[in-house]
Order: sequence, then C-alpha cells, then structure tokens
Amino acid sequence: MTALPASTQKKLGLVIDLDTCVGCHACVTACKGWNTQNYGAPLSDRNAYGDAEGTFLNRIHAYQSQPDQGLARTTHFPKSCLHCDDAPCVTVCPTGASYKRAEDGIVLVNEDACMGCGLCAWACPYGAREVDEVAGIMKKCTLCVDRIYNENIPEIDRQPACVRTCPAGARHFGDLADPASDISILVAERGGVDLMPEQGTKPVNKYLPPRPRDTIGAAQMSDDEDILAPFLAPVAEEPAGFLGWLDRSLERL
Amino acid sequence: MHPAPSVILFSTLSGAGFGLFVFLGLMPVPPVGWAAFVFFAVAYALSVAGLLSATFHLKNKKNAWKSYREWRTSWLSREAWAAVFALLTMAVYAIALIFFGVHLAPVGWLGAILSLATVFTTAMIYTQLRAVPRWNQTATPLMFLTFSLAGGAMLSGFVTVAAAFLLAAGGVLLWHWWKGDRRFAEAGTTIQSATRLHDRVTLFEKPHTGDNYLTREMVFRVARKHAVKLRVIAFVLAVVFPLILLLLPMSHALAAVAILSHLAGVLTTRWLFFAEAEHVVGLYYGAHLGKQARAA
Ligand code: SF4
Ligand code: SF4
Ligand code: SF4
Repeated sequence: MTALPASTQKKLGLVIDLDTCVGCHACVTACKGWNTQNYGAPLSDRNAYGDAEGTFLNRIHAYQSQPDQGLARTTHFPKSCLHCDDAPCVTVCPTGASYKRAEDGIVLVNEDACMGCGLCAWACPYGAREVDEVAGIMKKCTLCVDRIYNENIPEIDRQPACVRTCPAGARHFGDLADPASDISILVAERGGVDLMPEQGTKPVNKYLPPRPRDTIGAAQMSDDEDILAPFLAPVAEEPAGFLGWLDRSLERL
Repeated sequence: MHPAPSVILFSTLSGAGFGLFVFLGLMPVPPVGWAAFVFFAVAYALSVAGLLSATFHLKNKKNAWKSYREWRTSWLSREAWAAVFALLTMAVYAIALIFFGVHLAPVGWLGAILSLATVFTTAMIYTQLRAVPRWNQTATPLMFLTFSLAGGAMLSGFVTVAAAFLLAAGGVLLWHWWKGDRRFAEAGTTIQSATRLHDRVTLFEKPHTGDNYLTREMVFRVARKHAVKLRVIAFVLAVVFPLILLLLPMSHALAAVAILSHLAGVLTTRWLFFAEAEHVVGLYYGAHLGKQARAA
C-alpha cells in the first residue's frame, strides 16, 4: 500500500553529525558491503576499470562554505534516505512496491513488485533512491532492517552497518519519536535540523550542524589559500557526437 | 531532467491520439464505415504507440501490470486505468460506427471524458513533483490538455476549433515557460536549505569520481544554453506555422504539413519540458545555483 500511515509507533532513523564526519567513506563501504551480501538484489558496479559507476545507498558529498571574511571551511556531508514522515516517494509508486512501515517508520521497497519506472526517485528531493542498472530495480537505504532486528547476530551489531562502522562516531541510530532516547537528546542539545524543510517531506533523520571553529590565526590567513588557485579554472566541457553537432548547428543560427 | 526519447515520444503521440478520440467522441455527425475506420485507426495507432513507447523506459517490465494496484495515491497508476478505460470505451463506440453505422453518442461522450482524463493524469504525474519546481505549477496540466485538444482538432479536421485551441495552447505554453523560469526560486530550495550550511556554499567534492543514476537522470545540462532558440523553434513549429496554414484555403497536403509541423513542434516543447526541468537534487551536485532563490 502506498498510502502513508497516519502515524508510526516509532520513528527509527539516523542522526548525522556534520561536525565530526571526516569524510572517510567507511560507512559507504560498510553499507555497500552489507546490502550487497544480504537482503535484496546486490548493489552492482559497472565498468569498474573504466568510467566506473555503481549503486550506493549512502554517499558522501563535501561542501565548502565561504564566509564574507576569513577562510572557507569544508564539511563532509553523508546522505542516505531520511525515512521521511511525509514521504513523496511512497505515494507516487503505482505498483505498491514502495511503502512506509507503520510500526517503525522505515521506508522500504518490495523488490518483487517494483517495475523500475523510477518515479519514486524523481519524487525524492534528496537523491536517496537509485535504480540499480543491472537488476532494474529501485534501491534505497533499508535502515539495515535486516540487522537491527536480527537475533542471529551479536547484540552489539544490531544497528545499521554505517553506524556500526563509523570511526568518528558521526552516525547515530535510534528512535526519534521517543524524546527520552539518546539520539533525541543529542538532537535537542546540538540543535539538529531537517534538510530541505520547505519540501514538506518531514524527514525523520536529523543533521547536527558543524560547531563554530575557533579563530586563532585566521586574521593573517584570509587571502587566497593557494597562489596557484586562479590558474586552476575548470576545463570546458564540450558535448561530442550528435549532441555536439546539434550544439554547433544551433550556435550558428 | 534527462529527456528520455521514449517518454517524450509517448506524451506527444498519445496526447494527439487521445485528443483525436475526444473529437471523434463528441462529433454530432461522426464518420461511419471506412471513413470511421481510418480515423479510429489513426487515433489508436497514436495512442497505443505512445503507451507502448512509454513502457520502454521501465527497467523491470515484467512487473508493469502491477501498476494498476495503487490508484488511490499514485497518478501513474490512475493514468494506467484511465488509458485502459478510454481505449475500451472508444473501442465499443468505434465498432458500432465502423461495422454497424450506429452512432452511440453517450458512449462517445464517455470515451471523450476518459480520453481527456488520460491526458490529465499523464500531466499530473509531472505536476505533482515538488522536487521539480518547473513542473509543479498549474500551467503543466493545462499545457498537456490544450496541446492534446489542438492536435485532436487538427487531426479530425475541425479547422476553426483547431485554430482556437492552437492559440490557447500557444498562450499556455508561454505562460508555462514564463512561470517555469521563476518556479525554482519560488520553491525556495537552495544549496543552503539542502545542506543547512551557512555562508556561500559550493560543492567541494562529488561523492564519487564518475556519474551515477542520479546525475544522469536528474542533473541533465546539455544544450540548456540553446533553450531560447529551441523555444522559438518549438513555438513556430507547434503553433505559428500550423495556424498560418489553417488560415489558407484547405487541402489535404496542407493539412498534413500543418499536422506534421505541429507534432514536430510539440516534440520539441516536450524535449524542453524535460531538458529544462531542474530537480532540486541537482543542488547537492552543485547544479542550478543560478536558479535558486537569493540566499537570505
Ligand atoms: S529521503 Fe527520499 S527516499 Fe527517503 S523517505 Fe524521504 S523522499 Fe523517500
Ligand atoms: S521504481 Fe519501483 S518502487 Fe519506484 S515508483 Fe516505480 S514501481 Fe514503485
Ligand atoms: S542504514 Fe544501512 S542501508 Fe541505510 S545507509 Fe546505513 S548501512 Fe546503508
């Protein structure tokens, strides 16, 4: 059923600390490892020794924030499904493959019902869903549903692979519906925020903003960080083939 | 968004096909016998060819039949239902006209409504997506409907009606472009709201070295710089040229040229519909920064 539950008993989700994430990609690897060997179609890689690409449920971007004065700072930015309360990806699904669980709020894809239309990936503002090009099926973060309730693995491992592996302690897992849970307290103390709140998705996952940096020595280091920087302008990308021809023909008009 | 040829072809052809059904269903004196056969053959060819080409972009076609399940929430599912109902209803109407020379007017009206509903549900698949602000506006369903009716009127030979709908479609198209160019800023999603970081935020490193499904599908950027030229070409082919031809004394050859020009123009507008649509996820990949609302 692609109707969303009116409310969920729990809101299981992740809290991601942008202050401590060091961008090591350990969670990306752990996520891919677990989710390729366990539930559902494996996460494929294509063209591994060429123009490589693959399916991932969790990806790490990095952003630079440049204040008006002083040096820019870099923030590593892990992103996986936010298990939204008002998940637009679920309601658009025609086959009923996408659903949100009433008991714990996890958003999942039933791979036996998915027809690979990709509409749910278009509906997600965060880019949390990817069609696996080999299996032809929509893949997304399962919140490691096959770990967190799994009584066949030691209790210490009954948390998402990405949380378990993070060496910096930047990923936390728990019930965000319970104000007394450790992660709810963490969110309250650190001022956790929603991504793209204006999209109205009501994400369950929260992000903890980076703490302010100290300013020692910033005054004498506020110019260009590297004297070569101006010479490193990006190389122009020209489309080739048919598009290139179209491009040039339109240019001449 | 990546303009998938199968989807563009689908919405252009089936739009014209269902538009033709609308006029065949509403005609006070519809053709019978062989003449009816030709009209319905064209309508079925266009609509069914369109629907078939739409299934080409499914990556797991064996589950396509399951798309009938979730009509309660999903516009894509509603489209599947509307299309089947419209095609079946029109089949009854067409068989009566072709083989028995009988005009089942109420069946025709019902078929016309269902055909319009099919075009509307197709448009709503795109309109509903808040993550693609350019599509998420009132003009989107109006554009699909007016173009479908203009194409249908031309195919069924109603010259004045066709001219009126061409004018309407042209107006809605301009509105869609004008509003569409502002929608990203209106939606208010920016790289700051996406990352909740402050100051001037730019992408420092992508999450991977190559492309991925998301960058290929949602962060399409080729030839956007030609958008203005393509808009002019599309507008002339889809609206201006057919209008001029319709005002000349009619002949079958002229009508055919007008229809082909119109369809080529609609194809171009649909290509632009996709190629120009900015998905907010592009912000995470450093795209669309010029489109976002000015940082507060
Ligand atoms: S982050 Fe995207 S995929 Fe996950 S629940 Fe929200 S809308 Fe759906
Ligand atoms: S890709 Fe699969 S899960 Fe997503 S909307 Fe289509 S059928 Fe549903
Ligand atoms: S919860 Fe599991 S599936 Fe989701 S990002 Fe973490 S490791 Fe991947």
